[in-house]
Amino acid sequence: MALGTPDNDQRGFRDPGYGLRLIVVCVLSIALMIADSRISLMQDIRRVLAASAYPLQLLIDAPAAFGRWLGDSTATRAQLFEENEQLRQTRLEQSARLQRMAALEAENARLRALLDSTAKVGDRVLIAEIMSVDMNPFRHRVVINKGSREGAFVGQALIDADGVVGQLTRDQVFAAEAILVTDIDHALPVEILRTRQRTIAVGTGQLDRLSLPFLPRNTDIETGDLLVTSGLGGTFPAGYPVAVVSEIAAESGAEFLRVDATPAAQLTRVREVLLIFPAADARPGADDLLAAGPDGATTAGPDGLPGAGANDPAAPADTDIAADAEPPGEAGGETGPGPTEESGAAATTGEQP
Amino acid sequence: MSRRNVPRWPVWLAMIAAAALMSLPLPDSLNAFRPAWATLAVIYWVMMWPGRFGIVSAWCIGLLLDVLQGATLGQHALALTVVAYITLRFHLQIRIFPLWQLTATVFALLFLEAFILFWIDGVAGNPPVGLARWTQVVTGAVLWPPVMAIMDRLRERLERRDTTFA
Repeated sequence: MALGTPDNDQRGFRDPGYGLRLIVVCVLSIALMIADSRISLMQDIRRVLAASAYPLQLLIDAPAAFGRWLGDSTATRAQLFEENEQLRQTRLEQSARLQRMAALEAENARLRALLDSTAKVGDRVLIAEIMSVDMNPFRHRVVINKGSREGAFVGQALIDADGVVGQLTRDQVFAAEAILVTDIDHALPVEILRTRQRTIAVGTGQLDRLSLPFLPRNTDIETGDLLVTSGLGGTFPAGYPVAVVSEIAAESGAEFLRVDATPAAQLTRVREVLLIFPAADARPGADDLLAAGPDGATTAGPDGLPGAGANDPAAPADTDIAADAEPPGEAGGETGPGPTEESGAAATTGEQP
Repeated sequence: MSRRNVPRWPVWLAMIAAAALMSLPLPDSLNAFRPAWATLAVIYWVMMWPGRFGIVSAWCIGLLLDVLQGATLGQHALALTVVAYITLRFHLQIRIFPLWQLTATVFALLFLEAFILFWIDGVAGNPPVGLARWTQVVTGAVLWPPVMAIMDRLRERLERRDTTFA
């Protein structure tokens, strides 16, 4: 096996240089760690570092991308035909629902105007794809293929066709890192749609389970209750479905109920996600809405998974999906006089537990 | 003198590939068993070519891991640095170990690395990773012999090229 090689370097272990180097590098590492967690200047350095690692991430993604491409290009005509049919059907269903939604939104805007509160206008979205890069095998973090170049910002909410997926934690210019709602580090403010009771949904580290640890024992909650984002905290816009309550246990002696919920988003299968640009700036409410409504109904249709959306009445609640279904691209992000990157970021950062 | 002529870039490429391999998506059932490829590569090359790969190389690879995995910047860098230092300090001894002893040493080094990572997670307040961090150590040690065989071939090829061209 391994005897000394001809080019064996005899500086070896007697060289005090190594010890010195170790100390220098260790101190450097520790300084980096402290700086990374304390100083906001590091964000930029980190962004540059991450951006320079982007080619490597592309490379990691390559086999999976190639597999997808191979699957796409070897699909038979019958398969494509079937899929097309399926998509057409969901699109029809959804645009039917959206037609009604336009009327409801207009009505909602009118009622809100009567109440003298600001109208909720549709959010702009940008379609992104989750790359096949496992950032950290132990955490629920993903890399998406849209970064600040496309206007994505830290804290931005991420949804799929069925519900909330997560939020962006770090910007890599060409890509961005996101944390899923099920990550053990994540919590988001939700409300029970039926009763409007607000609470917090905490990630458990399992992709199919969220936990609601702060509900008192006398809470009115049933299995099957839909949890939607409450909009508190400002990161997630209100009204997006988050999870469905799956299990309620009242342990004797415990102060709170133990409630588990199943995420509405297809976290295990999701590939395409929507980045939400909240309509933070005051767009003239009703007019814009009326204009956006029918438009949304005719041209939209999130290119979600087939069959998705049949079970989530609130899903397209306040999305004004301006992006085409085809290659997401920048076009979707640039449409409409939406909020600028900076104002959006300023309005929605914070509240990352 | 011929030492200078051995190309290093294939080794850098191998180490970067090892780092990238750690981010390759795996099915959930295998996730806990994903070995620390980069650590194995760093141990091998520091042990075999201590003049060319040392603490600073290990630190760079560690930094790359931090960036790729979104960890606290410096976490893997510090852990890999310590591993590289110990490897460097004892490389003359461990190089002549029989394979089983070498594997045991690698196991100890991987364990040390996992412990440093675990410890930094604790100090930084990151949520604990759980058992997976320790199962990784075992798979890493189990995979050491094949990794070593592959790296040996790469090294022999590089060194042979050196003597023919020098």
